[in-house]
Amino acid sequence: MGTIIKDYSYTPAKIKHGYSGKSLYINLSDLRIEQKEITEFMKEKFTGGKGFDLWYLWHAVTPETRWDSPENEIVMSVGPLGGITQYAGTGKTLLCSISPLTDIPIDSNVGGYFGPLLKFSGWDAFELQGKSDREILIFIDGNNGRIQIEEAGEYPEDSHLLAEALTKKFAEDEDDMVNVSVVCSGSGAKHSYMGMLNFSFYDPRRKVCRFKQAARGGLGTIMHDKKVKALVVKYRGVKPNLNDPADIATINKVGVKYHKEMHDLDQKQNKMRQIGTANTVMIMSQYDLLPTRNFQTGGDPETVKISPQVFINEWLTQGLHDGCWYGCTMACAKCADHFLITTGPYAGQRVTVDGPEYECAAGLGANLGVFDPQAILEENFYCDTYGIDLISFATCTAFIMECHQRGQITKEQMGGLDLRFGNSHAVLELLHQMSRGEGFGRIAGLGVRNLKRVFVEKFGADPKLLQDIGMEVKGLEYAEYAHKESLAQQGGFAMATKGPQHDEAWLIFMDMVNKQIPTFEDKANALYYFPMFRTWFGLVGLCKLPWNDIVPTDNHKTDSPAKVPEHVQNYVDLFNAVTGKNIDKEELIVQSERVYQFQRVFSVRMGKGERKDDYAPYRSMGPVTREEYLSRQELYDKQLREFQKLDPETMDLDEKIAATRRYREDQYEQLLDAVYRRRGWTENGIPTPERLKAIGMDLPELLEVIEPKL
Amino acid sequence: MIKVNTEDYPWHAGMTVRALLDEKLFTFRHIIVRVNGEFVPEEDYVSTMIQDGDDVMVLHLMAGG
Repeated sequence: MGTIIKDYSYTPAKIKHGYSGKSLYINLSDLRIEQKEITEFMKEKFTGGKGFDLWYLWHAVTPETRWDSPENEIVMSVGPLGGITQYAGTGKTLLCSISPLTDIPIDSNVGGYFGPLLKFSGWDAFELQGKSDREILIFIDGNNGRIQIEEAGEYPEDSHLLAEALTKKFAEDEDDMVNVSVVCSGSGAKHSYMGMLNFSFYDPRRKVCRFKQAARGGLGTIMHDKKVKALVVKYRGVKPNLNDPADIATINKVGVKYHKEMHDLDQKQNKMRQIGTANTVMIMSQYDLLPTRNFQTGGDPETVKISPQVFINEWLTQGLHDGCWYGCTMACAKCADHFLITTGPYAGQRVTVDGPEYECAAGLGANLGVFDPQAILEENFYCDTYGIDLISFATCTAFIMECHQRGQITKEQMGGLDLRFGNSHAVLELLHQMSRGEGFGRIAGLGVRNLKRVFVEKFGADPKLLQDIGMEVKGLEYAEYAHKESLAQQGGFAMATKGPQHDEAWLIFMDMVNKQIPTFEDKANALYYFPMFRTWFGLVGLCKLPWNDIVPTDNHKTDSPAKVPEHVQNYVDLFNAVTGKNIDKEELIVQSERVYQFQRVFSVRMGKGERKDDYAPYRSMGPVTREEYLSRQELYDKQLREFQKLDPETMDLDEKIAATRRYREDQYEQLLDAVYRRRGWTENGIPTPERLKAIGMDLPELLEVIEPKL
Repeated sequence: MIKVNTEDYPWHAGMTVRALLDEKLFTFRHIIVRVNGEFVPEEDYVSTMIQDGDDVMVLHLMAGG
């Protein structure tokens, strides 16, 4: 038991139609705890979730604030629908902060119990500002209205141990453990810019703490810098009406309809209940979309070794508790039980590994040339318990491996680590070094953008090559989809507000396979609608997966099957039923756009968010190297003939690569122009006052930022 | 010649929807097939013949993780 250094009592606010109306503010520098009002203005303009986070963050920071400035905040909010138990995927928390990787606002969404339990404890949002002078944990007792800050130096650092220790500490008995949720990171977050936050949920059948991750952008790094070892919330008494919905009958009706779909159709569609998001690994490889060896190619014959069926048959336990919030019948949070660890500090121990999700199998597997399920699971475990974002880690390590492959960095310069594609032992040792803050692991943890500079300055690497193959935009590493043949997705990644994460838009099939969006205007419309629509999940506390990872049987009869109109209507109905408001599907998009445009202006305020910041590395857009061109020579030659009226027979390989590049880079410029017009931005990517006014966001503080840029 | 998702594709006698999907390596399970605008249920893929000049749409329903 650490010494309690702050004890604060409060009266938990009663939730009314999805909102408690209160937010919690804790300043770690002076241990100040305050309550703030959630105003009608905030609900109207920002809805909740990421909207509230960004609004608070805006007021906390200045353009000079960096990730480790005391005034930087970690803000989290679950949104007005968060915590309902009648529909699938209703426990998502959104977090925002100024990222160590990008210097702009990052947003990251996460399941687990913390966010809903926080709201039921009386708090719509939670701001953490300042820095503690010693390691602490914060405990929120939602039933008794108490917040305690306690010294935490004695607790273990890595997540699987820390969450277990704290869950036992704060639960009264075994039955009470499901009422406790822990947010924590791990030793790797302390020594890298890609630290993430684990959000726990206790699994009473396995008797372990499970985790979902707020992975992107270094949130764990920031929490370590603030010397916060863990956040703990405890709330007993979750039930379906805690949000005080205006119309619970509609929620029940929509929920029952959806659960029936899940029961009847999942096995015929994506098998989310059996394998989760990793169901797409083979599909991605077959469609040339699985990033392989640093996105050089889109698949590999060896992918079959890490296919969903391999994980289902040999590693994942079926039929247990796999929802990360109550009522989620999609239950896609799969895990491998009694997994034997073979390296590092936990070698010889058997653990539960949450995963692998698609990004894990693709990133830590194919993108590193590791086609070994056991190695992937061990990498997965260590990324999670060390508190490292496995997407950034995988993309960063893939970049290092290709630099090594191409002679840009030697084994000696990597401290003796033989980081060549396929060497999972070296990957695991890199993780252990990152955890210990030693050797090349400490350098690798800086992320791709910083590594490009280090490799050029220290090792004399070729800056042009590194720019082409270093898969980052705005400083954030790419998520795990190869997408050279989808111009729309090139934009979907590179124009994404926070950096190249796929939660804004995933348009590859619509664009590359279905050919549904052939013109620039079509692509621009898709790059308007989908980012706006998907932003909404993060405003209200919902998971994206139930939207389109299962669809109604008559979805094909609708005029826009890709939007899954029946499910969109479900969301409209749920929002109205909880809040008592009366929005329609058009107003839903406006709610999102208000926050989307706000975040873009926020990035402008922090020095990014302009056209120059929306360019992709060429590896995202086309073949950088001769090997890449030759791997799909037939396709590229055909495109030279059809798109540019060139005769590849008269060109040498370098000329063909150069002509392909000129064409594709020109296409991307035209895409930027079209999307900016559609989003109401200037040619330089700045939201216009007219657009902000049209959506009710012509706030003085936003106009002050954009006017000098017009 | 037929159209598949707006692009030309060679036709051959005896081509069924199932055969076309196999040839194109369209292995994703979550798809909608329309031939000349008419929806083809999955159970009819094997028996539905594609004629020279047909316009085939194979809509992959996935919008990402």
